[in-house]
Amino acid sequence: MIAHFGFGILLIAFFVTLYATLTSALSKREAPQRAASMVESARRAMLLTFPLITLASALLIYLLVNNHFEVQFVYQVTSRSMPTYLKVTAWWGGQAGSLLFWSWLMSAFASLATLRNWERDREFLPWVILVSCFTLAFFLGMTAFFENPFKMFYQTSDGVGAYFFQPANSMLFTPEDGRGLNPLLRHPGMVAHPPLLYLGFVSFVIPFAFAIAALITGRTDDRWIRITRRWALWAWLFLTFGLVFGGRWAYDVLGWGGYWGWDPVEIAAFMPWLTGTAFLHSVMIQEKRGMLKHWNMLLIILTYDLVIFGTFLTRSGVLSSVHAFAQSAIGPLFFGYIIVTFVASVALLLHRWGSLKAETEMKSLLSREALFLFNNLLFMSVLVVCFWGVIYPLTSELFTGSKVTVGPPFYERATGPLFAALLFLMGIAPLSAWGHSTLKTLGRALWKPAVVAVAITLALYAFYTRNAYALTGFFLVAFVVSITVYEYWRGARARQKSKHENFLAALSNLTKRDRRRYGGYLVHLSIALMAIGILGIELFQIETQGTLEINQRMNLGGYDMQYQDIARFTGPDGREVTRAVVGIYQNGQFLGNLHPRIDYYWDAQQAMTIPGQRATMKDDLYILLVNWEPASASGATFKIYVNPLVNWLWMGSLLFLVGIAIAAWPEKDRERAIVKASRQIHEVGAAK
Amino acid sequence: MTETTPSRRAVPLWAQITIWIFLVGLLIIIAMGLNRAQQGTVQPGQQIADFKLTFYDGYRIDENAEINLSDLRGKVVMINFWASWCKPCEQEAADLQRAWEKYEPSGKVVFLGVDYVDTETSALVYLKKFGITFPNGPDLATKISQYFRIRGVPETYFIDQQGVLRYVQIGPFVNLEQIEAQIDPLLK
Amino acid sequence: MNRKTATTKQTTTHPLLWALLFTTVFSLAIYSIVFAQGSTPTDDEVNQIAKKLYCPVCENIPLDACPTEACRQWRDQIREMLSQGKTEAEIIDYFAATYGERAASDPRDKVKAYLVPIVAILLGAAGLVSALRKWRKPQAARPTAPANEAQPLAQMDDYVARIEEELRNRE
Repeated sequence: MIAHFGFGILLIAFFVTLYATLTSALSKREAPQRAASMVESARRAMLLTFPLITLASALLIYLLVNNHFEVQFVYQVTSRSMPTYLKVTAWWGGQAGSLLFWSWLMSAFASLATLRNWERDREFLPWVILVSCFTLAFFLGMTAFFENPFKMFYQTSDGVGAYFFQPANSMLFTPEDGRGLNPLLRHPGMVAHPPLLYLGFVSFVIPFAFAIAALITGRTDDRWIRITRRWALWAWLFLTFGLVFGGRWAYDVLGWGGYWGWDPVEIAAFMPWLTGTAFLHSVMIQEKRGMLKHWNMLLIILTYDLVIFGTFLTRSGVLSSVHAFAQSAIGPLFFGYIIVTFVASVALLLHRWGSLKAETEMKSLLSREALFLFNNLLFMSVLVVCFWGVIYPLTSELFTGSKVTVGPPFYERATGPLFAALLFLMGIAPLSAWGHSTLKTLGRALWKPAVVAVAITLALYAFYTRNAYALTGFFLVAFVVSITVYEYWRGARARQKSKHENFLAALSNLTKRDRRRYGGYLVHLSIALMAIGILGIELFQIETQGTLEINQRMNLGGYDMQYQDIARFTGPDGREVTRAVVGIYQNGQFLGNLHPRIDYYWDAQQAMTIPGQRATMKDDLYILLVNWEPASASGATFKIYVNPLVNWLWMGSLLFLVGIAIAAWPEKDRERAIVKASRQIHEVGAAK
Repeated sequence: MTETTPSRRAVPLWAQITIWIFLVGLLIIIAMGLNRAQQGTVQPGQQIADFKLTFYDGYRIDENAEINLSDLRGKVVMINFWASWCKPCEQEAADLQRAWEKYEPSGKVVFLGVDYVDTETSALVYLKKFGITFPNGPDLATKISQYFRIRGVPETYFIDQQGVLRYVQIGPFVNLEQIEAQIDPLLK
Repeated sequence: MNRKTATTKQTTTHPLLWALLFTTVFSLAIYSIVFAQGSTPTDDEVNQIAKKLYCPVCENIPLDACPTEACRQWRDQIREMLSQGKTEAEIIDYFAATYGERAASDPRDKVKAYLVPIVAILLGAAGLVSALRKWRKPQAARPTAPANEAQPLAQMDDYVARIEEELRNRE
């Protein structure tokens, strides 16, 4: 009954969204009076979708939590033994539910966007509704008609099948127990990773909607960018955190000793991040200098379609991957949707091409706008590498018939130099001025931090490593950090002198005065810290594997590991746990015990290798229990990794959060002040 | 990056055409990939293209080191994809061997075991363990399995005397009769 | 590792180095024979190579981390080949030939794999450079340009000053 109700709600939500889409699209043809009321009607319909989808989602969660296995989706992703919080997160643990989750977020964000103050840009409203409702309608339609989480099992004469409605001469069929969530997803990291990623994906739809609105209305100034700046920043934050959480999850449950495997689906989520990052930088050029209008439009269109493309890759079975959902009929639909949206947006952009002309001109190759252009070129280059890495196996299979793997070596080789160049630009760009910079002015600002970076690199060369890649990387990191710190210091000093504040107050006021800039610097700093972690694990990771008897020892990188005990028992949710106890020693000193284990899930017939970890800022000790057979007395096989510096990666991501929060936190007062000031300017202008 | 050019006019026609050709090409590639992903295995009724199977030593046909499917025209061919690491394959191994012992003397049926992603050492151990004597060989470079677009092992394909695929069995056979039920009609 | 040292040395032509090269290769050859007859290869030596292989049974997981039975057999195969004295390159070639190109983590046909992105990036760079040139030229031709842009900037300053003023009143 509840499932039928949920299905009904979904259908209603779909038709409401369709109504909003059509009404806002058709309003343009009507007389202004009528058009306004149509847009208002569409807006209300749009706002109605959120409570509707929330209700449908609540019903689905109710079904999931209460073991309603007669519902196909519930059967697929839960089982009796799962704890309740996992039953709730199973909402996005399968195809149908995650599409509903996507729709829910989409409607929440679209509603938020339509609730804002539209006073100054009413002409955008219908088109923003149109784009966001069109996207929402697509996802809702898919959820309602193709991947419906409310389908139920019925026993007919042909056997058991899942149907929308009860077929004639059939009985409801309720399996005893569900199949259970994919063990890979039964992890706290999985609670956060998909929602953050989806949040990032969905919130990029809003800037896209405004961009399209600007293209349609022909309003070619940077208003759409100013409105959506915070949306884009938050989207970027969510996406970044989605990726970081994904990495952390992989590190904790996949047992590779790493956090990123250049898996096609990881790359699918990484590609919109790349264009999104390029977008965040290049919109600044448009705001400050009125240039690159076409390029920004193209970037946001690319970001939007890469979001859809990523979702498509994950769900269509085009690529096989550890992340891939089972293949289904929705692949072609997604593909069609990508064609329609991409072709329509690019055609619209080409149509408006002539009117999007630059207001100023580039004067110096070292000006900040020029450096930002190089930054964009580099991000696009990384995108090209990633895109080709994903597409190449496909073309190879289609044209030569032989499947190829494009693994980490390709990506590392191809993107390494690009990332290094990006770090370098990240260092010098903040020091160059808008409009005009010469080698001399740049050099004057640059030399002190550069000396510090060189000194640090020399020290590393003397005491830590002779690896040329590592030294280059660490030099660039030191360069970025010293420049960023220097910039803060200079700004605070200047303020200290002119306003007679103490240094800390000057620092905080400085940040408050230009939060976007100084928040951005913090983000740069955090990227540098993350780079330290990445360099550490990529270049200095060491590993060893061996089979030990009880009380035997194995050592690696200054750590001694003693195999002490092993036990096999049944865990609370029915999994079979094989857990080893190993003692860790360093220089003969006991540091503590670690418990690497293998979890075998009977319901899913899948084993997971969970590492025992000991984390310090210097390195991570990461121990896997590879193999143990209770029957044979040959001991247990362990694999040990020492991952130097990897915690800087996680720490860096926290600073990233702070930086973005500073840059993007809503400034109520300032926004109001701007509105007020602009009104006054208008009044003054009108009075004249 | 042509888009960064601040053009005062519309985009030149050649650029527009290039952009669209590039986009359409890309979309076609993805569409082909999607089409491939959506297809199941090769469907019955289809003429099977020729392929070459290299045999394991001791599992040859008349001392030939390899054979082409086209050499077997006029006979019913059963192609069984298996692997030594595949547990369900073990369920059907004995039945397959019994079926082979039944049909081999007639000379009208050929069984070909195609060993998918396996090492020779363990494959030979497996064949010995289940007393298998019908011709067997590795799926070199996974070419054969790619042609049939197999979804897993075991999978079995029945090809008639004209080289047309007649039936596909996904998963193991549970008894001898199931195998006979596919071969006998083809022999009539 | 051994092969790497050999190839880097080949790039220099100093006769002494050649001599050194020969002795290295020779001693390595002897070493590998002794090695082959001596102990079985360690797990680490196997994993070193397994890292660079991908088994089709667990797609996108490197062979050294894949727990399936098929992958265990592959690792045994590597161990066996190592104990026969095969080099890393020979082993990877064998796997690529036997199980198809996708067994190797890096595309075998380097030209095809790398050419497209490199060309695309170079085209992008060329596009950017030519765009920058175009932007800089008109400035030289029309010295009045700065005046044009000074106007909106000045307006902006005025605007920002008002906002700052507004904010100050608030504080």
